[in-house]
Amino acid sequence: MSLELNDTLQTLVDGLTENFSDKLIEVYQSSGDTFVRVEADSILEISKYLKEKQHFVFLCDVFGNDRYTSDERFEVVYNLMNLRTQTRVFIKVRVEEENPTLESVSSVWKAAGWNEREVYDMFGVRFENHPDLRRIFMPEDFEYFPMRKEFPLLGIPGSIELPNTTPDTE
Amino acid sequence: MGIESALGEGYLTTRLDKLINWGRANAAWPMPMGLACCAIEMMAFAGPKYDVSRFGSEVFRFSPRQSDVMIVAGWTTYKMSHAIRRIWDQMPDPKWCIAMGACASTGGMHRCYGVVQGVDNFLPVDAYVSGCPPRPDAVIHALMKIQDKIKTEHSVLLDT
Repeated sequence: MSLELNDTLQTLVDGLTENFSDKLIEVYQSSGDTFVRVEADSILEISKYLKEKQHFVFLCDVFGNDRYTSDERFEVVYNLMNLRTQTRVFIKVRVEEENPTLESVSSVWKAAGWNEREVYDMFGVRFENHPDLRRIFMPEDFEYFPMRKEFPLLGIPGSIELPNTTPDTE
Repeated sequence: MGIESALGEGYLTTRLDKLINWGRANAAWPMPMGLACCAIEMMAFAGPKYDVSRFGSEVFRFSPRQSDVMIVAGWTTYKMSHAIRRIWDQMPDPKWCIAMGACASTGGMHRCYGVVQGVDNFLPVDAYVSGCPPRPDAVIHALMKIQDKIKTEHSVLLDT
């Protein structure tokens, strides 16, 4: 598969190959977007490098993905933008099902804070050194991670409390 | 003026119940619980084209203490349901409730873990309006049904 890379992406791939050759797993393109998969333990240093040396200053989005495989089940994808050349790249890391943990990139891009909370809320991937890792959408006492594949679409009956309909009997 | 000239020296009689219900039915002030796109149709329902002031319900009150009919317009998450119930509990009796649209009535297309499948899980609903979103005429129809209901209720007299 041949890659069609513009100057920014070519510089990015060259830079990653040069500085993180043992952390870079694959580079591929799909539907006009470029994806770079790297080792999970290097996400923080690669993020710092991309922001400081390659001008990927804008973190558009962070999202999770349940691949439902026996090894490296969860994937976290970082959607980055170079605002000088308007170039987008997706950085992917994979984590195991058992105790999924990643280093938080909120020290690099402050916007990652809420996005990582969402990934934690929906998939249960924990982010280390996150300033405030709480659930963002679901109630704080909710016990499940609703975007995992095994979670039923309609939820688990009784897992979220409805209001008391007889207020005088509280 | 008007009625005096028609009656002359005479007078009218009615039942107190009837008079109070007539007053209540024609001054049912809504509590707008606009949660989603149905709220836009609810605004059209109050606006000049559909003009719900013909039925005495044009006064949208953003204070639950001053309102009689809660119009739940939109989908209700489990988190929001607590706020809605709290507002409902603050409304003075007698009070009525319209579940406007498919989402408020049954959960609608939001068949998922975060959305309450119908506000009747935690509110006593008087009128359900179908549609996604319903036209303002349909909400007026629901209001008229509630007016009919108010007119048949006992207000001051109790069955003994």
